[in-house]
Amino acid sequence: MFKLPAKTTLSVLAASAFMFASAPALAGKTLDAIKSRGQVVCGVNTGLAGFAQADSSGNWTGLDVDVCRAIAAAMFGDANKVKWVPLNAQQRFTALQSGEIDILSRNTTWTLTRDASLGMSFTGVTYYDGQGFMVPSKSKVKSAKQLKGATVCVQSGTTTEKNLTDFSRANNLGIKPVVFDKFEATNAAYFAGRCQAYTTDVSGLASIRNKEAKVPADHMILPELISKEPLGPAVRRGDDEWFAIVRWVVFGLIEAEEAGLTQANVEAMQKDSKDPVINRLLGSTEDSGKLLGLDKDWLLRAVKATGNYGEIFERNVGPKSPLGLPRGLNNLWSKGGVVYAPPVR
Amino acid sequence: MTESALIAPRRAPPRRRQAWSLRSRAVRGWLYQIVAVAVVVALGWLLLSNTLENMRQRGIQSGFDFLGQPAGFDIGESWLRYDSNDPYWKAFLVGLVNTLRVAVTGIVLATVLGTLLGIGRFSRNALVRGLCYGYVELMRNIPVLLQLLMWYLLLSEYLPAADAPLTLGHMVFLSKNGLSYPLLVWETGHTLAAAGLLIAIAAGLWFARAARVRFAHTGTPQPVAWIVLLLLVGLPAIGWLAGGAPHHLELPRVGDFQVEGGGSLSPEFLAVLLGLWFYTSAYIAEVVRAGIASVPAGQQEASASLGLSRWRTMRLVVLPQALRLIVPPLTNQFLNLTKNSSLAVAVGYPDLVSIANTSINQTGRAVECISIIMLVYLSTSLGTSLLMNWFNRRAALKER
Repeated sequence: MFKLPAKTTLSVLAASAFMFASAPALAGKTLDAIKSRGQVVCGVNTGLAGFAQADSSGNWTGLDVDVCRAIAAAMFGDANKVKWVPLNAQQRFTALQSGEIDILSRNTTWTLTRDASLGMSFTGVTYYDGQGFMVPSKSKVKSAKQLKGATVCVQSGTTTEKNLTDFSRANNLGIKPVVFDKFEATNAAYFAGRCQAYTTDVSGLASIRNKEAKVPADHMILPELISKEPLGPAVRRGDDEWFAIVRWVVFGLIEAEEAGLTQANVEAMQKDSKDPVINRLLGSTEDSGKLLGLDKDWLLRAVKATGNYGEIFERNVGPKSPLGLPRGLNNLWSKGGVVYAPPVR
Repeated sequence: MTESALIAPRRAPPRRRQAWSLRSRAVRGWLYQIVAVAVVVALGWLLLSNTLENMRQRGIQSGFDFLGQPAGFDIGESWLRYDSNDPYWKAFLVGLVNTLRVAVTGIVLATVLGTLLGIGRFSRNALVRGLCYGYVELMRNIPVLLQLLMWYLLLSEYLPAADAPLTLGHMVFLSKNGLSYPLLVWETGHTLAAAGLLIAIAAGLWFARAARVRFAHTGTPQPVAWIVLLLLVGLPAIGWLAGGAPHHLELPRVGDFQVEGGGSLSPEFLAVLLGLWFYTSAYIAEVVRAGIASVPAGQQEASASLGLSRWRTMRLVVLPQALRLIVPPLTNQFLNLTKNSSLAVAVGYPDLVSIANTSINQTGRAVECISIIMLVYLSTSLGTSLLMNWFNRRAALKER
């Protein structure tokens, strides 16, 4: 008779996990577990086109997915050694805290509260995003500042609720949020016309418009960005070696793009290149993998499995993909964006 | 004289000296109790300290201090004056009020509908009987979550858009934005009318009591209903007129996006209310039916032979007896309805669970927020229980 919603149940489970768990995770424990399991357990979105989405035969694709695949490739030489755990916005942190997953790669915004008080650490940024609004094209609204007194659909368990409130306050708009606990329910309510606008990260809006709308052109994304949303993977605290691997595989993919290493040419480059930077990256001269506890061709394997950061971006969310997002901020620092990786050396 | 005193032997057995021996049943009884309590307390302490220790080791901050910090998120509907700068405890309070709002309204409506349906099962009219039967079987066999989602789908999918609502004389509007209705602008006249109503209720109760006493003494029935009705209508009317007969209404009107002003019920609230109301009334109908069926047929035959009409038989003879059996399971249904209201989060109604979910995400204090939810549901349920137990004692047979 009395049923708690699923995510509440999960929170209860997580809460009881703390009650009964015996010893806390010691340094290195996560990495040891991954190695003995031979598999990375990766928490991803339940279905956000371009970031994490499963097809009918259970193959996951997307930018967040490729991060985990690259890590698995770097560690095990096989990008398929990943177990996917689809999580909704509210389950994600408890899933990471309780040890159900090794890495959370689920379009998650890096904020101080999350980094400092949830027992987890963000390893870097894989997508620079911002929160925006989507409205029906036939609506009179052409700017977010015209949303005075409007009802806006939001999914709970995200940074968007607070950003929306801040924006509404700062511009004295009196926006009324309608908060749903499920991604699907939020979409359904917006497309049914319950709300005059939908708010989330712009990449999310593009994905929803592309995948969920009957006619994508019937909806438009307003020009304003109301927040900074740096999305990136996070790991549980207490295992610095594992943290370093996750952080540096992502940096490695960015460095690979900068050095011009692609999925197609990386093997040939390892053999033929005389460029000392490339030699160092691919382990033909220095062994940078050893410092991370990996094989020396760790980055070669990662790039061979998923391509460099630019290729991952183009394939999943870029201008030629169904989402059609511009590279914008997510271009390399040398090409007008803010994507910058410390040197692999 | 109590029962135990009756069966106790006349002479007390000689007191044993070794009262503290382990062979003594009383001493062993106490020991078992102490051990049991100690085990429970130790287990609770172990769980708590282990939880805190684990969370500390994993760098997860804990504590209830967040309740005093500004919440920072808006809430779609609230009876209390709430602002996003208010602290978390205020947000929780708003959620609690929203939960109680839907639960109390639901309980009242479900009791009325359920009682009618339950009585309908005894109708002489086969159609009424069949309809009531069909309703109960249909509603109680569909999971309540599905019913909520169905109502929400109906309301959000099939009503007209928020800027082109259905309207009834430009007073009441119905759209995807919910139901908007005119709201009284509160003036002195209304306060006087409310005071009049309170006086009328008190006077009516006193009069009904006096009439009962007189009836018991003289055997002459007194015309209670009419006089009470007159009081209930007359006194508020006098108060209203004395206040200058104010009649200003705040009318809702169609704004830029949606209907603004006046009072309004959101589709989320309506979906939760309709779902819980129709679902629970099916159970209440069964409870009422069972209660009525438990009254022996002889009672009805006896009152029929006294010449009481069917309705008076029901009201004066059957229902008072049935009530004794109805109240305890009815309490159960009230508690179920209150707890089922936590499903509201599925359709976006900002109830306590929804607010707690948002707070968990904003602060990461899952253990604390879940304990708050548990504590609140526990205390509302215990409160309902206490109230209904008190009512049950009143309705119980007075054994003299």
